[in-house]
Amino acid sequence: MTPEQFLYHEARLLDTQRFEEWLALFTEDATYWVPLERGQKDPYETSSIIHDDRTLLELRVKQMRHPRAHARVPLARTVHQVTNVMVLGEHPEEKAGEVHVASALQVLEFRNERERHYGALVEHRLRKSGDTFRIAHKRVDLVNSEGELDGIAVIL
Amino acid sequence: MAANEQLAMLVQPDRVHRAVYTDPAIFELEMERLFGRAWLVLGHESQVRKVGDYFTTRMAREPVVVVRQDDGQVAALVNRCAHRGSMVCAEGRGNVERFVCPYHGWSYDRAGELKAAPFSSGYAPGKLAELRLHAVPRVRVYRGFIFASLAPRGESLEEFLGPAKASFDDLVDRAPGGELEVAGGVFKHTYQGNWKLMIENHLDGAHPAYVHASSVAVARNAPEPGKPGEEHYYDIAVRQMRQNGAPESVWEGTGIWATPRGHGYMGDYHDDDRLVAGLGNPVFDEYRARLAAEVGEKRADQILRVTLWNTIVYPNCSFMSQFRQLRIIHPLAVDRSVVYTYSLRMPKAPERMFRDTVAFANVVNGTGSWVLTDDLEVYERIQRALGSGAMEWLYIGRGHGRDVEEGGVRRGATGTSEVFIRAQMRAWLDYMTRDA
Repeated sequence: MTPEQFLYHEARLLDTQRFEEWLALFTEDATYWVPLERGQKDPYETSSIIHDDRTLLELRVKQMRHPRAHARVPLARTVHQVTNVMVLGEHPEEKAGEVHVASALQVLEFRNERERHYGALVEHRLRKSGDTFRIAHKRVDLVNSEGELDGIAVIL
Repeated sequence: MAANEQLAMLVQPDRVHRAVYTDPAIFELEMERLFGRAWLVLGHESQVRKVGDYFTTRMAREPVVVVRQDDGQVAALVNRCAHRGSMVCAEGRGNVERFVCPYHGWSYDRAGELKAAPFSSGYAPGKLAELRLHAVPRVRVYRGFIFASLAPRGESLEEFLGPAKASFDDLVDRAPGGELEVAGGVFKHTYQGNWKLMIENHLDGAHPAYVHASSVAVARNAPEPGKPGEEHYYDIAVRQMRQNGAPESVWEGTGIWATPRGHGYMGDYHDDDRLVAGLGNPVFDEYRARLAAEVGEKRADQILRVTLWNTIVYPNCSFMSQFRQLRIIHPLAVDRSVVYTYSLRMPKAPERMFRDTVAFANVVNGTGSWVLTDDLEVYERIQRALGSGAMEWLYIGRGHGRDVEEGGVRRGATGTSEVFIRAQMRAWLDYMTRDA
């Protein structure tokens, strides 16, 4: 699978609400990060809209399925549009076999008669796994991360 | 416009009329009489350390810029050019010598005085000297926190805070050297609901088990948080979510107090020693030592023995002592609000305590948090349902008739008493109906 096809696959899992399969795309040491600030370097000294390690990511998916997850019942319907996919090459900090991929993301969310729009620049670090990949790190920089936002109850 | 008698009919000892949350005319009156009169928390001195440092904010309908003036005092200026009304300062923060209006280049100094206006020969002599940026008439700093009131006259900040002053003292005293600073980014979350819905929620010990049922449930099934020395990144989040599922007896046993001005504070419901510095977890030893080095052992013990959780400063602020979260609410419309959430760092405390604060902020106040998003969902559901005229009243009667007077403060008979909402609504009615 090409990195581009893999990103489409990931988006499709989210849009068809196959969250457990989506979670399985991540490596055991993965991180999923939606920074709060533009160009944010560090998730420990500055807050993040989301900063999950694999454990928290698993809990996040379980919470989405909970019958009393009020902001997620009913689950929002979404369309993740992935474009501008560029393979940036091997990630400088990581071991060989990882591919660093940049993309642009637009998400349309619909829930309870309201639509929300998100736009983001995304970076993936993909680790080769057989003929496909697993996600070692995903970073989603929302264009309005520093703006006034409604609660985000969908996975970007 | 609603007459005072009509307003008084909307607030009864154990119930509130839905119009208080839904009527745009009442909202406009609130902006004038409540947010236009009360002391509002604007922020913290660390946001304007140096002369010329500024940040923009809102007070009721007014766009406001808070600035450190040449004389070192903090001023709040209405961010509106005296000429044709443009905001002179873009949203955000920075450092300026002059505020220059983008429209016609009028420029004002840090005190708001008009220093230059192009094409000035077009004005009658002396006319321009009458014009300036409107200064918010009363600005005070209490222990680093910046307060302001749009009313030229009124009760002093001391009178306004009353017994709630002790909450600020607690917050600041806990910091070694009394030093705090805003750090770590600002969450700004909006919801389609009245501003009171948040202010009425933060001391509500009866809601976490229900609103946060899902996050409590997943946290209970999470891997065990690590012992000291073997901690995981996710520990703080998991620990906090678990505590929201405390048994009923814990919530009922937690102290809840309300002041005549509508402020309120609750005791700590946590029994997790990793979340409460005074409970003896070794992670806090270094912190305690640094505190004691500043104030002595005895005083350090006294300080850490105080276990407050949230404090509400009515009408626009909520803060949390143990993890130093400051929340300021800006009402935008009767059914639209935005909350700015700040973390405070203790520069003289061990570094990891701020990391814990950041992790805590992410799980409790983060825009993508599983905790906050459920709160916001409920505020929005309330707002939608209050549109219904089938039932006119909201019921705030839990513990009514059993409140205990304790030296000018009213304590709920049990921890889940709605004593704090009743106090807020009494303060609301007072602001809304008094002459000035």
